[in-house]
Amino acid sequence: MLTFLIRRFLQIIPVMIGVTLAVFLLMHLIPGDPAQIMAGEKADEAQVEQMRENLGLNDPLHEQYLRYVGNAIQGDLGTSIRTNRPVVNEIFDSRIWITMELAFWGTVLAVVFGLIAGIISATRKYSFADVSLMVVALFGMSMPNFWLGIMLIYFFSVNLGWFPIVGWDSWKHMVLPVITIGSGGAAIIARMTRSSMLEVLDNDYIRTAHAKGVSERLVIYKHALRNALIPVVTVVGLQFGTLLGGAVITETVFAVNGIGRLVIDAIKARDFPMVQGAILVCAVAFVFVNFLVDIAYRLINKRIDLN
Amino acid sequence: MSKQPLLEVKNLKQYFPIKGGILGRTVNHVKAVDDISFEVYEGETVSIVGESGCGKSTTGRAILRLDEPTSGEVNFDGGNLLSLSKSKMREKRKDLQIIFQDPYASLNPRQTVSQIIDEVLKIQKIGTSSKERRERIISLLETVGIGSHQVDRYPHEFSGGQRQRIGIARALSVNPKLIICDEAVSALDVSIQAQVLNLLKELQRKFQLTYLFISHDLGVVRHISDRIIVMYLGKIVEISDTQSLFENPQHPYTRALLSAIPSMNFEEEKRERIILKGDVPSPIDPPKGCRFHSRCPYKMERCATEEPVLNSVSNGQKVACHLTEKGAVDYTKILVNN
Repeated sequence: MLTFLIRRFLQIIPVMIGVTLAVFLLMHLIPGDPAQIMAGEKADEAQVEQMRENLGLNDPLHEQYLRYVGNAIQGDLGTSIRTNRPVVNEIFDSRIWITMELAFWGTVLAVVFGLIAGIISATRKYSFADVSLMVVALFGMSMPNFWLGIMLIYFFSVNLGWFPIVGWDSWKHMVLPVITIGSGGAAIIARMTRSSMLEVLDNDYIRTAHAKGVSERLVIYKHALRNALIPVVTVVGLQFGTLLGGAVITETVFAVNGIGRLVIDAIKARDFPMVQGAILVCAVAFVFVNFLVDIAYRLINKRIDLN
Repeated sequence: MSKQPLLEVKNLKQYFPIKGGILGRTVNHVKAVDDISFEVYEGETVSIVGESGCGKSTTGRAILRLDEPTSGEVNFDGGNLLSLSKSKMREKRKDLQIIFQDPYASLNPRQTVSQIIDEVLKIQKIGTSSKERRERIISLLETVGIGSHQVDRYPHEFSGGQRQRIGIARALSVNPKLIICDEAVSALDVSIQAQVLNLLKELQRKFQLTYLFISHDLGVVRHISDRIIVMYLGKIVEISDTQSLFENPQHPYTRALLSAIPSMNFEEEKRERIILKGDVPSPIDPPKGCRFHSRCPYKMERCATEEPVLNSVSNGQKVACHLTEKGAVDYTKILVNN
């Protein structure tokens, strides 16, 4: 297990190099001169040149990259153009935690509802319950986040008045955004669990379990589900990335001040150090979550090895 | 052999519904097993043979209620298994065990070998302490040739033959009276097949086991069986002791099946090869009359309308064919009709 952890951890390094490189090059790929943007539209040639010198844009590219990575490791992601505060503070003071909360509960919702629906569907194949759940899952997968969010606001906030429309203060604020962000994942997990369970339930070792006299409940939960979960765990990990992407839209719809909205605002204001920082943090979070998923995967499936 | 059969299957039917349409209504049935009856006596090995899809594996599963049969009776040791409640059936499973074909699919990949066997011991309340059960597991595995140092390994760490031995140890662990071997050696290499077959025979002597052996491999069946049941499209066409079946097969289908066994003996090459035309008809809509009439070289007019019943042609040999209704037939004197 320890060698597994070390080797899996070492695999993160090339991924991180790729991520930082992409984020770094972003600054050089966006149209326009960063120095010009930072100095402001009214700045004259000398001021822009001064800015360029300050930003180190006249140095060779690899030096700039190494400096960027070095600073990032020390927790310096630059200064926001819009607010003039360090990017790290902008992200970590509250923004990222709100998004993480949203993503966490979205994942919980997706896993709980997805698993329950998947198990019900698989154990009652072709029944009314199965067909209805899978139709609902199809809707869940096909509905765009922004539309679902708006519909939820319309019915539950505007018409029924059950939940507040915007903000992020109490659990009541969280209900609708969490449903919005988690529904797609729940649908995918439900369908994945169903097909994986059906495949497992058709195995001879399930018949063996029945032949041993294992009760129906135990056959499903102990023998079938544990084996069926292996592919589902992978999907959960990947879903987390989709969730972070979805956060941009969901946070905008519900006016939640998370990192997604921060990115949108930063893009609008051409605040590229902010955009870079936010993308980098999200990418690191995604890599980290998938690292955890791989460990979980290894724990539930002893046959997985890195080679 | 005692007079009282250990297992008596009576009019067993297994129809699988075919769902269709948006509402998932039952539109038709696959008649996988259609009204079969036979007995198995204590201590003997009875084989069921037939092509893929003839219903032989379904019969095995239906007897154990791994799939609930549509109708019929399965009398085992004096009681009808099909009338038992689910919990009573679970207790009864102690006496009937099954070994599956695919040794890779029949062991739960997430359980170690000792967990696999320990689970069944616990359920069937064999052995009081975990220490006692552990000793039993080790001795069982040694009986089938798996060393005690391997008991805490996972199935994927074993070869196919070893896994099948583990499956046998698991089946043996509850001291069953009857073991159904569902193509138990078909997935193994020939050399391993012989080892496992010999192990099964040895265990039969040691533990007075009764086997219902399901196979499509006539060579294997000849080696191990006392009696053989031949199935075609969900029906029994012939039941016979092994010697009579191989020396004097009476049903045209049995004859075709036997003629298909490859021979190593060149002098025997002259023997007739009966090649059946066409495919096995669909069990959803089987041919009327005799189910074999659409492919039978000896087809008569009545075969298409009248269903033959199993009748005794000689001591210990029963055949379902219109040709043999007045007794055994000498096929060298019958002309092929088409």
